[in-house]
Amino acid sequence: MQEKFAIIKSNAVAEIEKVNSTRELNDLKVKYLGKSGEITALLRGMKDIPAEKRSEFGKMVNDLKVEVGEIFEQKEAGLKEKELLEKFEKEAIDITLPGKKIKTGNLHPINIVKNEIINAFSGMGFEIFEGPEIETDYYCFQALNIPKDHPARDMQDTFYIDEDIVLRSQTSTGQIRVMEKKQPPIKILSPGRVYRSDDDASHSPMFHQCEGLVVDKGISLCDLQGLLDEFVKLVFDKQTKTRLRPSFFPFTEPSVEVDVTCSKCHGKGCSLCKGTGWIEILGAGIVNKKVLENCGIDSNEYSGLAFGLGIERVTMIKYGITDIRTLFENNVKFLKQFDRR
Amino acid sequence: MKAPLSWLKEYVDIDITPEELEAKLFSCGLEVEETIYFGKNIDKIVVAKILKTEKHPNADKLTVTQIDAGKYGQLQIITAATNIFEGALVPVALDGSTLFNGEHIYNGQLRGLPSFGMFCSGEELGITDDFYPGASVNGILILKEDYPLGAEVKEVLGIEDIIFDINVTANRPDCQSILGIAREVAAVLDKPVKEPAYDYVATKGVSTKATIKVSDLAPELCPRYMAHYVKNLKIGESPMWMKKRLFSAGLRSISNIVDVTNYVLLEIGQPMHAFDLSDLDGAEIIVRRANEGEKIVTLDQKEFELNNNNLVICDSVKPVALAGVMGGLNSEIKETTKDVIFECAKFARDNVRKTARLLGQRTDASSRYEKGIDANSAEVGLKRALHLVQELGMGEIAEDNYDLLFEKVENKVIKTTITKINAVLGITVPTDVIENVLKRLNFGVEIDGDNITVIAPLYRDDIEDYPDIAEEVIREYGYDHIEPTLLKTAKITAGGLNDEQKKIADFKTLLTGYGFNEIITYSFVSEKEYDLFGLDKNSDEHKYIKIKNPLGEDLSVMRTSLLPSMCRILAGNIKRKNQEGRLFEFAKIYQPKTLPLKELPEENEVVSLGMFGVEEDFFSIKGVVEDLLSNFTATANVSYVKCDKKCMHPTRSANVVVNGEVVGYFGELLPQIADKLDIDKRVYVGEIKYNLLKKHFDGKVTFKQISKFPSVERDLAISVDANVLWGDIVDIIRKNAGENLESVKLFDIYTGDQIAAGKKSMAFNLTFISAERTLNVEEIDQVIKNILTALNKEIGAELR
Repeated sequence: MQEKFAIIKSNAVAEIEKVNSTRELNDLKVKYLGKSGEITALLRGMKDIPAEKRSEFGKMVNDLKVEVGEIFEQKEAGLKEKELLEKFEKEAIDITLPGKKIKTGNLHPINIVKNEIINAFSGMGFEIFEGPEIETDYYCFQALNIPKDHPARDMQDTFYIDEDIVLRSQTSTGQIRVMEKKQPPIKILSPGRVYRSDDDASHSPMFHQCEGLVVDKGISLCDLQGLLDEFVKLVFDKQTKTRLRPSFFPFTEPSVEVDVTCSKCHGKGCSLCKGTGWIEILGAGIVNKKVLENCGIDSNEYSGLAFGLGIERVTMIKYGITDIRTLFENNVKFLKQFDRR
Repeated sequence: MKAPLSWLKEYVDIDITPEELEAKLFSCGLEVEETIYFGKNIDKIVVAKILKTEKHPNADKLTVTQIDAGKYGQLQIITAATNIFEGALVPVALDGSTLFNGEHIYNGQLRGLPSFGMFCSGEELGITDDFYPGASVNGILILKEDYPLGAEVKEVLGIEDIIFDINVTANRPDCQSILGIAREVAAVLDKPVKEPAYDYVATKGVSTKATIKVSDLAPELCPRYMAHYVKNLKIGESPMWMKKRLFSAGLRSISNIVDVTNYVLLEIGQPMHAFDLSDLDGAEIIVRRANEGEKIVTLDQKEFELNNNNLVICDSVKPVALAGVMGGLNSEIKETTKDVIFECAKFARDNVRKTARLLGQRTDASSRYEKGIDANSAEVGLKRALHLVQELGMGEIAEDNYDLLFEKVENKVIKTTITKINAVLGITVPTDVIENVLKRLNFGVEIDGDNITVIAPLYRDDIEDYPDIAEEVIREYGYDHIEPTLLKTAKITAGGLNDEQKKIADFKTLLTGYGFNEIITYSFVSEKEYDLFGLDKNSDEHKYIKIKNPLGEDLSVMRTSLLPSMCRILAGNIKRKNQEGRLFEFAKIYQPKTLPLKELPEENEVVSLGMFGVEEDFFSIKGVVEDLLSNFTATANVSYVKCDKKCMHPTRSANVVVNGEVVGYFGELLPQIADKLDIDKRVYVGEIKYNLLKKHFDGKVTFKQISKFPSVERDLAISVDANVLWGDIVDIIRKNAGENLESVKLFDIYTGDQIAAGKKSMAFNLTFISAERTLNVEEIDQVIKNILTALNKEIGAELR
């Protein structure tokens, strides 16, 4: 009997060894351990065993069943792992093939820069105000201390709709519209389209400006420089410095041109800055008393600072664009270059 | 303004390098746009004496010369020039030398004989007769003085000069002159200005008033008119020093009398004119507005027809000058001129500007008048001219003159405080520095404690109040003294975008998320676009505003639709062989309330969409519009109806209707228009009127509890007539589905063998859910039955 048990076991082990798949192994399991399997069949021979030996026999059969079962389990675990590995191997792909294209767009570079400017000044407490583009002569010039005979009108070639209505040539118009409605403290930023009769590689008949205005008690040139220092660091980089030098605008007195250290050479001098290390970036100044008074603000109590910058100019400097017209061609290949965050 | 360094040095002792001076001028507000190093190129061109000349053995037209070039020795030079002679002193460009224009000269061979350089003409040295007599001749410059042999010609002739081309700001017309710039130079160097001489001795018995009558009938356009008589004039050449000065500033010498007026224009900044007295009919000068249609021929022989807004200088019968712009040909200075009347006037800047622009006649004089001259300038200029007349011994100067003055000539006085000046700057400038700076700039200064009284020189018309004084102080003291502060005295404000601005930013963010790139195009378009795109310019929607002075027809009307601009950009991209693109523009259109404009027009925000590429079709642009609307107007009643725009494909375009209002349209661009734009593929475009759409925005998001109960799904396929619209089917389903219908999703449309001709099959999924309970099969069955019955009844649909 023991011999028979040993034969069954050794047969099972031999057969299990030969098996190569979980499916075959399952069949084999049925052959030995199934309802009518060889080992189960042994129990059916119980009736031929003398009653006193039956319990021993039963135990032996059970032990054999457990023993063989364990061998099956071991084999099964090995096979499963092998089969899984084969499956992975079969599913192998070229992970260097391109991913499924996600098509996203982005804002126009002018508006990317415009938003950077807005963000920089929003953080410093500036509200955003956008006035009309078609303006009266009064808001565009007269209220800004540029009377009709003023030579400063030559500085800007204006598009006219009629004698008194113009396409605004500067966003400074926003200053007046805000100050007429609001008493200090005023901190506004006024971005938008402006128009001048000019068309070449560095001038476009339509372009974007951003005007800034602060009116409060005790505003001085020191505040102007402080504010612009912060701004250029946010829009260019942390090393950028500003330089003020005298200039003239009818709506500010004193007036300054503001230069920044060249973003390319950081002041050493290169082709972008024509060797000077500085790039002219905006005009600014202390709001002319007459402008405050035109808007009903007491110039004895309050003073203000104002600055105006060309967004195209900042964009071109920032990205190294040399011809302003590139910005308005709107070639998809150009536009998509600005999708990096 | 071009200012030669050599001329500036006449008034100021400049002891720094030109580069240092340029930097100093820059920091005080006179930006040097260009520094011209006149004659800097010239090198190794030396004085030589011609010792011997003989004919070239191999060439008829060449001469072989032996020269003595001092330390460079005796050399042989071959030349084609014919005006040379033995004993002549000439400039010789030696081996490796450089001419004025940058060209180099080397030793060479001419017809078999070596030549060790080249003789130079005046042109090759960059000079003319105005600089050195004989420099304009067609030939070699023969030097007239006895210069040392071998000396550098540019040094002995003083050719080299540095010319600063200075950008003068509009508030500083006084710097439109050499003297004005010299004053600024003196101030930055803290040195005195040597004023030019203004004195002269009049000839007894010569009287302006006895000779001519002068009247000013238009004082509003001519606030000051001075006239001075000079008798027995000797017309001739100007002295070399004057010619050289004019030459250095780029002007040509004409005759002594004309040169004097030009000299004063450059030196003092005061335009002048000289009339030939014999040409003035009736011995009279009248300043008046031109009569309508009156004509004048100016010195440059151009005829102009004038109107009542042009100011003219007339004699008793005719105009003799276009005031402030140019003199008349009929009274010009001639060789025969014996007696002249000098005019020195102030004309209204706006009027000169308008006249010069209108007639397209801009001159040195008009450009100075346009910027404005101060009331005193006429007097200073006249005195200086008369001094020069006397210095040059040109004629007899009258004892008296006309000075028709209609405005005050007085110094501006600013009474303010040191505190106020410093408050503008934000720093405390030492009082003695303030005083010193202002005195350097020729201001009178009186300080009493904090009080300061500043008297501006007459030529500083721009000074009005203490901020001007602050600017004078800081531009001399230096902007590097400003210490940056961050609005230390200002109140805190919140700042940032307002709700409406944030919505626009969100709207754009969504579009970029859909793969759209933003474009920016001009706000003005060609009038022709209206015909091309079939936009009715008589309708209120497309009444447009025209620009009076556009850059061209293509940029002449303020657009009332973004569509043409978008289509042009699509066309441009397709022409550049870009394969696909999704573009949007968010911009304003300009809609007049009335035409001509009586008030400012409405400026309304519009979004335009444009798409092209193999993956795009009507439904891709519709998907974009639907998603936009579901983001912003989720609860609104949105429908899509046929679009009747002439620019759109008649069966592949739709109007977007939100709560009964048409807010835009989209679809395929009409193929005929695409054709005209050279677009060779289907493009999809649309416009959403943001200003209309925003009225339907829903506002806040509110959380809705997700049902805990299971949903029930049913798939149905129905057969309907091929022309039945899905939109109608959805309406019927929704009407009959009861409150628990969550969604209707179309997943298949089929036409073909398996279905009768003229029919189509539409398969869709219905999902039901309740927030309160589990739905039972029987009630869903009933709902489906109701839906099918209704579909059958209303559109003849059959369940497949």
